[in-house]
Amino acid sequence: MTKVENNKAWWLVMPVFLIVAFSAIIPLMTVVNYSVQDIFDPYTRYFVGTEWFKQVMTDSRLHDALIRQFIFSFTILAIEIPLGIGVALMMPTKGRGASLALILVAIPLLIPWNVVGTIWQIFGRADIGLFGAMMAKLGINYNYASEPMHAWLTVVLMDVWHWTPLVALLCYSGLRAIPEVYYQAARIDKASRWAVFRYIQLPKLTNVLIIGVLLRFMDSFMIYTEPFVLTGGGPGTSTTFLSQSLVQQAIGQFDLGPAAAFSLVYFLIILLVCWVFYTTIMNMQKDK
Amino acid sequence: MAEITLNSLAHTYSDNPTKPEDYAIREMQHIWHQGGAYALLGPSGCGKSTLLNIISGLLEPSDGEVLFDGQRVNELKPEERNIAQVFQFPVVYDTMTVYDNLAFPLRNIGVPEHKIRSKVLEVAEILELSDQLKRKAKGLSADQKQKVSMGRGLVRDDVSAILFDEPLTVIDPQLKWKLRRKLKQIHEQFNITMVYVTHDQLEASTFADKIAVMYQGQIVQFGTPRELFENPAHTFVGYFIGSPGMNFIEATVNNQALEFGSHSLPLHPDLSRRLTELQTTQVKVGIRPEFVHVWDGSNPDAFQVDVDFIEDLGTYKILTFNFDGILMKARLSEDQKVPHGKAYVSFPEQWTKIYVNEFLVEVDHD
Repeated sequence: MTKVENNKAWWLVMPVFLIVAFSAIIPLMTVVNYSVQDIFDPYTRYFVGTEWFKQVMTDSRLHDALIRQFIFSFTILAIEIPLGIGVALMMPTKGRGASLALILVAIPLLIPWNVVGTIWQIFGRADIGLFGAMMAKLGINYNYASEPMHAWLTVVLMDVWHWTPLVALLCYSGLRAIPEVYYQAARIDKASRWAVFRYIQLPKLTNVLIIGVLLRFMDSFMIYTEPFVLTGGGPGTSTTFLSQSLVQQAIGQFDLGPAAAFSLVYFLIILLVCWVFYTTIMNMQKDK
Repeated sequence: MAEITLNSLAHTYSDNPTKPEDYAIREMQHIWHQGGAYALLGPSGCGKSTLLNIISGLLEPSDGEVLFDGQRVNELKPEERNIAQVFQFPVVYDTMTVYDNLAFPLRNIGVPEHKIRSKVLEVAEILELSDQLKRKAKGLSADQKQKVSMGRGLVRDDVSAILFDEPLTVIDPQLKWKLRRKLKQIHEQFNITMVYVTHDQLEASTFADKIAVMYQGQIVQFGTPRELFENPAHTFVGYFIGSPGMNFIEATVNNQALEFGSHSLPLHPDLSRRLTELQTTQVKVGIRPEFVHVWDGSNPDAFQVDVDFIEDLGTYKILTFNFDGILMKARLSEDQKVPHGKAYVSFPEQWTKIYVNEFLVEVDHD
């Protein structure tokens, strides 16, 4: 068969091309366009090259936010992934208990971000909140509005409460997909509970864990609503993460150019970290 | 090393069984002797895997006992029974190397590493896996994986029996032969009791010294492949073993003769007496296609039948003929004259079996 040049079949790719263009390429290129200009009003703008990028890269406020952002994402991953696996392992697999457990675990996932923020904002208050009141009874002066550590703790707790169920459900489905015969073989090989987890369950969970880690990383790296509702990024700037800095810049100060440059850097960081996660996990299971 | 006894064993998956059909395993008495190579042969859903899982302890029987060397093991978990089981779909620990896979059962019971090493190398040698030891088990082909799962049973010194649950299902045909020979060789070398579940009669008869044929939750016959062929104890054995299966004709006993349609066959006096004892007149007559005598021409002892069609299977032919409305088959050897239109057949008495309620009527010829 000879290859037909100028193949008309290319037209069949057109719909996808259009969809991708409008959903990803054009918006992204708009941002790229903003990032290299200084815009005063719709008619007055100047090309500034990489100046905004230089400014963004050297902005110490953004550096601080980035560091906070990494600490936050790794903290919640370190908690949510093991905890999610643990919850999934404990969930019943058969009968009425299984459905009940599924519903209970899934409930936090159904609650919108800002409602989660509000729930914990009230829950953590010493005067009317259960958690805050309990801490006060224990003699701890718990106050997320004035203590940075307390604010952090509340945001982390909130995220763990909200999103561990996602990891748990992913792992639960992964565990259900393991054929019974693996467990039977392991019993015959006299494997311990730990060995069953280490050599059967964990390897079979790799794929869902990749999804879990990537989803949780991306989402937590873009966290905005919860700290915003809780303390507005405070006390001080202690819970001001990247997305909030971005919003302040873009909408608060209407610095479109720097904000666009910042967005692109932000986007590249997420892409880079996801790539690192993905290749690391994939390499872990390669044949050596 | 163990002799496995099944004592009044029965199993049901239903909560309140009322009729025999509710049982996956109907009450049975059976002994697998130490060192034997056995096959458990039967169609899908006859309960053979259930029986295997009961022996290994993955399932607890609802009635009766499992004894290893006379010791009741019902309460023992699979890990306490010292049994190895190879499943239909190969089970390997993906992330481990072949070496670690084979070492796994030994590490689990705390065998020192230098002993593990010599044992694993020995077993790998036998299974022809020596050059694969450093590979991850995940990348192996199906037959190699199956060898690894077999190897995990062979490394243990304490294994009293290896149970195989249709282990060659996912293996390529040309490799099946090799692997089956390997199994046979391992059996001779290790003198281990092996029970091999399959629905393939060829697989069963090449592997096993004795075959248990299972049908509707019962072992209907336990014997050598030859016994199963020559003297099927149950109509199902006649039908299931052999290709094509046994011919069966419904017949009535009348005056020391078997009558069917407008024909009759003389009945041996011993058989006739036995049937009178059983107080039955409705029987099934069974004869294997291999034993139907096809004459070259008309003969006073032969029935004249209509030839339906002939299948040429290369080294032999199968003749299908119409015997008074009943379709029967006969096997013609290569050098035999092929009948056209009409054929003349007779049923040698020695090979004509009588069945009552699907079971063979046996008499002592003395």
